[in-house]
Amino acid sequence: MATISVEIVSAEREIFSGEADMVVAAAESGDVGIAAGHAAFISRLRAGEIRVLNGDEEDSIFVTGGILEVQPKQITVLADTAERSDDMDEAQAEDARRRAEEMMAGGGGEIDLAAAQRELVQASARLHYIKKLRTKR
Amino acid sequence: MASAKEIRTKIKSIQNTQKITKAMEMVAASKMRRAQDRMKATKPYAQKMREMVAHIAAANSEYRHSYLVDRPVKRVGVIVISTDRGLCGGLNSNLFKRSIGVLREFEDQEVEVDVCLFGRKAGSFFKRLNCNIVSEASGLGDAPEINDIMGAIQVMLNAHAEGKIDRLLLIQNEFVNTMTQQSETVQLIPVKAEEDELQAKHWDYIYEPDAKDVIDGVMTRYIESLVYQGVVENVACEMAARMVAMKSASDNAGTLIGELQLVYNKARQAAITQEISEIVGGAAAVS
Repeated sequence: MATISVEIVSAEREIFSGEADMVVAAAESGDVGIAAGHAAFISRLRAGEIRVLNGDEEDSIFVTGGILEVQPKQITVLADTAERSDDMDEAQAEDARRRAEEMMAGGGGEIDLAAAQRELVQASARLHYIKKLRTKR
Repeated sequence: MASAKEIRTKIKSIQNTQKITKAMEMVAASKMRRAQDRMKATKPYAQKMREMVAHIAAANSEYRHSYLVDRPVKRVGVIVISTDRGLCGGLNSNLFKRSIGVLREFEDQEVEVDVCLFGRKAGSFFKRLNCNIVSEASGLGDAPEINDIMGAIQVMLNAHAEGKIDRLLLIQNEFVNTMTQQSETVQLIPVKAEEDELQAKHWDYIYEPDAKDVIDGVMTRYIESLVYQGVVENVACEMAARMVAMKSASDNAGTLIGELQLVYNKARQAAITQEISEIVGGAAAVS
């Protein structure tokens, strides 16, 4: 089966670079799976998981949002922030979620509320991701 | 000839200065290494961003983003990235020389200029120039955060969206290597797409959720990432320039101390010789 080259970079560093059979990502209007030869495609990403499948191997990366670009031979993910599964900490994620919830409840200005909401979505997605990883192991 | 005591105090004071410049050199060297790492880490993102924007420019989309359109120039925006602190050689003065050149060029074409400044040095310099400063950000520190620079950029992007400015330039320092930093002018808007083999074909993306949303998002990010990259690179430039400047200051202090030491020795010898000849002369007169 043909492979497609995948590059995942965040503003801070390069996260993943290599070949893959398929990439599964959380695009804004639903999850997408992309294999070699896919039509040119561009989408924003939700906070969620990106799975890079290559044979029996699977890499899992969490992004808080970003852009996914697909060219026939190349997939590029520009993540706002990205973390590999090994770097994730459940306690921290839970903490972030609680903070976001408190911020929502406090509800200052309208802009604050929007920011809090975004943070809450990200924190929940992260928590969901970690829980899922746990059950897999 | 100055007295031996005077020369000795002079040597002392130069030695103190040398201690300071040496310390600054070492601090700058260690900070530079970290800044360089940071610069390297942010490079892939900026590079991918440029590629993606080149692809978007090459795609035959029904939606053409305003950053891709070359409008007739009535007013331009200029973003200048400088350091917060001085004592870094000619880094800022080279940058400002280039900025003045750019400003003068537009003045000749009777185009008005809005400037957006990063770094305290640019702030104090451009205030004297009497130009229209629309936004400013300083005190970004050695590890700048993208959130801290977004506000200042947003002012410029809004001005472009409202049609107040038609072109956006970035004047920044480029890190060539430790010894060399160059000022350069980069055109941000309209986007100068890199040549790409995709340009030859007729194709378009599948956009999700729709072309306008996605492209708007990418374009804003693109400008932000380029400016952010510039700010991060500038920190590396600052540290490298300071390290070199402080090294040459320490070396100069060393040679100065050497020269003064010679003069001091001569003065001391002269004083001793004089004293002896006075004693001998006195003894001869008595006997």
